[in-house]
Amino acid sequence: MSIISLIIKREFFAKVRNKSFIVMTFLSPLLFVGIAVFVSYLSSMKADVKQVAIHDETGLFAKEFIAQNTEENQYKYLDLSQIDSQYLKDSIASNGYEGVLVIPKTAAVTDLENKIEFISDGSPSISFIENAQDIIARKITKINLENAHLDTLAIKKAQASVNINIAKTSGEEGLKGLNEAKIAIGGAFGYLIMMFIIIYGNMVMRSVIEEKTNRIVEIIISSVKPFQLMIGKIIGTSLAGILQFTIWVIIGLSLLFAASVFFGVNIGPAANVSPALIEHSQTEFAGTAQLFIKELWNLPIASILIGFVVYFIGGYFLYSSFYAAIGAAVDNQTDSQQFLLPVIMPLMLSVYVGFFSVVNNPNSTMAVAFSMIPLTSPIVMLMRIPFGVPWWQLAISVTLLFGTFLLVVWFAAKIYRIGILMYGKKPSWKELYRWLKY
Amino acid sequence: MNTLLEVNKVVKQYGDYVALNEVSLSVPQGSIYGLLGPNGAGKTSLIRIINQITMPDSGQIILDGEKLQPKHVQYIGYLPEERGLYQSMKVGEQCLYLAQMKGLSKVEAKKQLEYWFDRLGIQGWWNKKIQELSKGMAQKIQFVVCVLHKPKLLIFDEPFSGFDPVNANVIKDEILALRDEGATIIFSTHRMESVEELCDHIALIHKSNKLIEGKLEDVKRLHKTNSFEVGVLTDNVEGLMYDITQKFTVSPANFKSLNKELKLEIQIGNSLPNELLNLLTQRGQVTHFVEKIPSVHDIFIQTVTK
Repeated sequence: MSIISLIIKREFFAKVRNKSFIVMTFLSPLLFVGIAVFVSYLSSMKADVKQVAIHDETGLFAKEFIAQNTEENQYKYLDLSQIDSQYLKDSIASNGYEGVLVIPKTAAVTDLENKIEFISDGSPSISFIENAQDIIARKITKINLENAHLDTLAIKKAQASVNINIAKTSGEEGLKGLNEAKIAIGGAFGYLIMMFIIIYGNMVMRSVIEEKTNRIVEIIISSVKPFQLMIGKIIGTSLAGILQFTIWVIIGLSLLFAASVFFGVNIGPAANVSPALIEHSQTEFAGTAQLFIKELWNLPIASILIGFVVYFIGGYFLYSSFYAAIGAAVDNQTDSQQFLLPVIMPLMLSVYVGFFSVVNNPNSTMAVAFSMIPLTSPIVMLMRIPFGVPWWQLAISVTLLFGTFLLVVWFAAKIYRIGILMYGKKPSWKELYRWLKY
Repeated sequence: MNTLLEVNKVVKQYGDYVALNEVSLSVPQGSIYGLLGPNGAGKTSLIRIINQITMPDSGQIILDGEKLQPKHVQYIGYLPEERGLYQSMKVGEQCLYLAQMKGLSKVEAKKQLEYWFDRLGIQGWWNKKIQELSKGMAQKIQFVVCVLHKPKLLIFDEPFSGFDPVNANVIKDEILALRDEGATIIFSTHRMESVEELCDHIALIHKSNKLIEGKLEDVKRLHKTNSFEVGVLTDNVEGLMYDITQKFTVSPANFKSLNKELKLEIQIGNSLPNELLNLLTQRGQVTHFVEKIPSVHDIFIQTVTK
């Protein structure tokens, strides 16, 4: 058995048999699903119906508000125009009203624009106020149109609504919603890579520090080259990571499934949609869903998956080499902070660039540039791939990534080689630079 | 005697600091070779180069007639001064792992391990974790790991540190047994009495340079001052002193005896011991006549402080 596979095996089993690893492997999905269930349970709970008193001295608007009263509406409007407004204001608390909407009598309806008051002891939500403004404004507009002797029906007919359909040059029909799916897929993969790098890169670093503080490292590198040890460590840790991730996904999915059956909770975006609405849109939805699935199949699935594997390997190895070198340079984990910041920064940056720039325009200069830079390309390029990327850009990006990877491994191995035998002091950046020249 | 390890003008620099300055050594086959020197002299740097942990900037190392190369790691067993093992790994598993790294097959490694565990009386430790063992117990495991693959060259850096006297003796006997079986041993230590006891060759490195190297007796012969400790019973002390000081350099000596004789340390220079002895017997009764042979300790201090 070759030496590197021996090291990989040891690293893998050392990680996998670790108690905290086992606990985290089985506890994390439980926590995650627990939180998901809790959140969707909360959001599916019916909120208390709030009563809002309408005191309409004009007699024009109360009807419009009453028309809003439905089962689903969180607010119940009561027409109390006959009751004195001052009395209403004073009895908000005793009657349990959310508030009183006072629409005073004015000479002309247009004068009302700034005179309407909502009196409440609480702080009304923005959507409630906007809704009320909308109802009143629409009514006033209608009255204005009638006063001008314009045919409101004709105007309504004349109003056009436009819906642009998206299609490819190949003539296939597309869906607008698909962009969101592309963003979701790219984003999920990009995020996955970032999480993986941070969690398991740290693990590589800890394992290097452990060997250093144990002092076993001197025995090991009297048998193997530091480079072999470093690569073995990175691969062994990543295999343990992949195993953990796989278990998470399997447990998470089955728990999620079990929970949704058991609690009867719709987990996911559908949780807020009322059953009536789904039924109503069922026929339309079925057509859309078919189109959606067809479109999903038309996505460059092969490119996405291959891209994910390539960028995952490249990105993880690149960053793990940094983590390994940092672990070798320091004596304990607290000392590693100053060196970790420059490693975390490009990761954060790529996620932000991904979510702000790629989502807006996958082919913007910024998105293209960051999908070329090796430290950010694993995440940014993955987010771009679902939107289609010219092959030459992919070629340059992958070449740069693996070129940099080799360079960084070479540098990291140098720092590693010197660092693992240095004890007792926290090195400065200047010192690390000197080590490169030894 | 054949030379197993030849270190040829090895230079190692860390930045501006010269750790080894053209150091040359030759370690004879089957010897126990004491590598001495004060802290920071360059011993560890040299040992790391022999173990191929670091590379020399210039110079050459020949092991068993061949230029030092990666395959040689399996011919060398190394016990570093800074001991350490994986704390949460089981003893047996850990030894197997480290032995396989030295090129043993799993089956062979297991066979050797059983032999050594039996020999050192630690059979029951196989499934214990290192963190459950005492420091001395962990040292024993480390010793086993170092010798398991039957290396031709063993390098022990302070092998006795951390052992109680009983276990130190066990390890000492094992080292001698390994030598008798044909292994060559490089032995780096600050404990001079164990050098006297075990080593047949020594080398002294000081401030990155090798100052002394050779057979222990030869080194001692070279460093002896031709002094003798003598005890004489005489009535005429003045006369005796007068006679001796005419020819030799004399200083008072201090050794234990049962009589109240005159105790002197006399340097005879190029004269023969018998000349001194004749002179003494003419003047009194000689009760003590011993050549002063320098100890390794003396040689060490003398060379380092010079």
